[in-house]
Amino acid sequence: PPSCLPAEDISTNSNGPKQEILLDDDQEDLFAEATEEVSLDSPEREPILSDGPSPAITPVTPTVIITPRAEASMFDRSLDEDEDTEENGDTFDMQITVSDPEKVGGFGCTSLNLFSRNEFSVKRRFSDFLGLHSKLASKYMHIGYIVPPAPEKSIVGMTKVKVGKEDLSSAEFVEKRRSALQRYLTRTVTHPALLKDPDVIQFLENTELPRAVSTQALSGAGILRMVNKAAEAVNKMTIKMNESDAWFEEKQQQFENLDIQLRKLHASVESLVCHRKELSVNTASFAKSAAMLGNSEDHTALSRALSQLAEVEEKIDQLHQEQAYADFYLFSELLGDYVRLIAAVKGVFDQRMKTWSKWQDAQLLLQRKREAETKLQYANKPDKLQQAKDEIKEWETKVQQGERDFEQISKNIRQEVGRFEKQRVKDFKVVIIKYLESLVHTQQQLIKYWEAFLPEAKAIA
Amino acid sequence: INNCAGLPCRFHQKGLDDGPDFLSEEDRGVTVNVDLQTDATLQVDISDALSERDKVKFTVHTKSTLPNFKQNEFSVVRQHEEFIWLHDSFVENEDYAGFIIPPAPPRPDFDASREKLQKLGEGEGSMTKEEFTKMKQELEAEYLAIFKKTVAMHEVFLCRVAAHPVLRKDLNFHVFLEYNQDLSVRGKNKKEKLEDFFKNVVKSADGVIVAGVKDVDDFFEHEKTFLLEYHNRVKDASIKSDRMIRSHKSAADDINRIASTLYTLGTQDSTDVCKFFLKVSELFEKTRKIEARVAADEDLKLADLLKYYLRESQAAKDLLYRRGRALVDYENANKALDKARAKNKDVLQAETTQQVCCQKFEKISESAKQELIDFKTRRVAAFRKNLVELAELELKHAKGNLQLLQSCLAVLKGDT
Repeated sequence: PPSCLPAEDISTNSNGPKQEILLDDDQEDLFAEATEEVSLDSPEREPILSDGPSPAITPVTPTVIITPRAEASMFDRSLDEDEDTEENGDTFDMQITVSDPEKVGGFGCTSLNLFSRNEFSVKRRFSDFLGLHSKLASKYMHIGYIVPPAPEKSIVGMTKVKVGKEDLSSAEFVEKRRSALQRYLTRTVTHPALLKDPDVIQFLENTELPRAVSTQALSGAGILRMVNKAAEAVNKMTIKMNESDAWFEEKQQQFENLDIQLRKLHASVESLVCHRKELSVNTASFAKSAAMLGNSEDHTALSRALSQLAEVEEKIDQLHQEQAYADFYLFSELLGDYVRLIAAVKGVFDQRMKTWSKWQDAQLLLQRKREAETKLQYANKPDKLQQAKDEIKEWETKVQQGERDFEQISKNIRQEVGRFEKQRVKDFKVVIIKYLESLVHTQQQLIKYWEAFLPEAKAIA
Repeated sequence: INNCAGLPCRFHQKGLDDGPDFLSEEDRGVTVNVDLQTDATLQVDISDALSERDKVKFTVHTKSTLPNFKQNEFSVVRQHEEFIWLHDSFVENEDYAGFIIPPAPPRPDFDASREKLQKLGEGEGSMTKEEFTKMKQELEAEYLAIFKKTVAMHEVFLCRVAAHPVLRKDLNFHVFLEYNQDLSVRGKNKKEKLEDFFKNVVKSADGVIVAGVKDVDDFFEHEKTFLLEYHNRVKDASIKSDRMIRSHKSAADDINRIASTLYTLGTQDSTDVCKFFLKVSELFEKTRKIEARVAADEDLKLADLLKYYLRESQAAKDLLYRRGRALVDYENANKALDKARAKNKDVLQAETTQQVCCQKFEKISESAKQELIDFKTRRVAAFRKNLVELAELELKHAKGNLQLLQSCLAVLKGDT
């Protein structure tokens, strides 16, 4: 039975921005990737993703006997099952914290098992995270698990909206990356199968990790490209998949729509972040100007009031900065994460198509082998006939395997999508509330500042 | 102390489909950058305005008990060029050299707004009907705001003239107010504009020389130093406030788009979270209207205030220049007189010239002092009024926002 769903919120780190960091030589490796711009168009190195699992790793696919095609009702039942086990069985609540690279000489990675109170702290490089993801993707995507995508390598956001006049300062960039890595790991361990994966456990617990070979590095953008390539390949197939299960068609359409809207929303929010930052800069600039005006004003009371206006505007500039920060870390990053996650979901649907296609191909080939055997029966070539019969047996097995694989991936996807949707709902609810609370705070502060200023303005005589 | 710009104005907008006829109570807050004493003898306001293709027609309404006018109450229609004509006639009048001439209102500029409306019309096919309607309303509101402003600027100019003890008696002003035909004041042609340009170049060069002359009078010496610095700083503050307000508007626009997309997400989503999306979309629709209002109010109370005092401080500087010029002329006339007396040649002529210069200088100095004192009084009063109103509006909007946010949060939290 699948292990239960741990019910932990994604710990979005909403602390203030980290302090200015000093880069020492140790950091060189870390930031080699930082300066590398990976655009969606640049030729990505061949991803290691194959149709089957990578040889050296034991697949964790549960060995389930052929199950009949999943029907909607069965899906509902399996959901209920999960809910029961969640209450009774072992629940693993894992809390992940990724900390500043400056302090530990690598991203500090702390995992705390809230149940057993076991805690592990290790140092990991950015490429290690990418390496972990690529391993998990190659192991699980083809059986229908939605593997959380790793954070972007490049500084430029996915929507390519200009992030304001100044590039992200190195401190901002590090914080953005640290936060993204924490969310990535948290999502990974929230997945019941991935939590138990030996590569994940090794990542969280081993002091030393073999250095990930750069050819395996697969960023979110890389996944997207791979998905797009796969989709193209599928579309080029002359035989369109005979979708007998409306659920899949429906879901695919839903995710397509969601993708479009989330991208749109993400672009608008990134624009808002940009304008809010601009507003902050311009408010600060105005504050200085108002102070200068106050200095040159020769009416004493008005001069004082103008200086006070300058002070208010300075405080408001700070407020805008904080709000822009919240806009970004709460809202924008969540949307970016989900755009990438949906790419992973689409990838998994495409894997199903590939699996189906493989099964169909096997059936076709079996057909041909049978025809060949029939012909040989009249040709009086006993050796060849035996070979033909052997091949038929071989392909019959393959066809059966193909059908099993297809059934399995279909079942897995249904479960995964159910889990994904639950998580999505939770994530968005939590973030929306947090974001609104940040907006409330801003308004409360504004009221405070203007209330303090009003008597000063009235005092001008 | 009344302000003259507090009456409701009706704006007819030809060329826009749904222009409102009346300004709401709230909208009526037309900019007042001056605090003027008005009395029953002469009250001027702009009671109506019409925006056509490329011109604005202002209905100038006058109420007066003065005997100079044929009636007690009357209206005429004037265009921007006629205001400029009036202003320039004041500037060119030697008798008014000792006054701060009320600055001319800026030319009505709807180009940017019109361009945006046109672009919107062209792009109608590429957006949903909802989005189109929304954006159209936005742009119409913007157009209306610009319109209100230009009316206010023109009105303030007239009120300043009407409040001035000497200018209010000016004949050109009376003609402007009463003559119900077109004044046939054409805009300046190329040659005249070029002449103006050179005049200004000469004037600034001269101004530098004149400014260099140290004044014996402490009051004027102080004013010179003060105005120079003040003018530059107001200019800077005006530019910076404009930038700040533009960013604010951009942010409000973003929130508008976010609200639309959230709405679509909400209608598409089959899970629990759709309620959240729809509620937040609704919330953002409302808050972004408030944000837009904040930007608009900052524009009216802060940016416009600064722009106005930029122009007024320039007018004050011009006054000081004229006085400085008269002083230089006076000193030159003195020197000439001494020379004439020494040579005993053309003494009478030199004496006459010197007397004329002396009188001119003293006349200007006397009125200039009062004008500059009044300028300070007006400035302080205007800043006080606008800063108080700014703070009150900021508070009102922040409280409005807060209330909306909190009630939405309460609903959403209750749901989870």
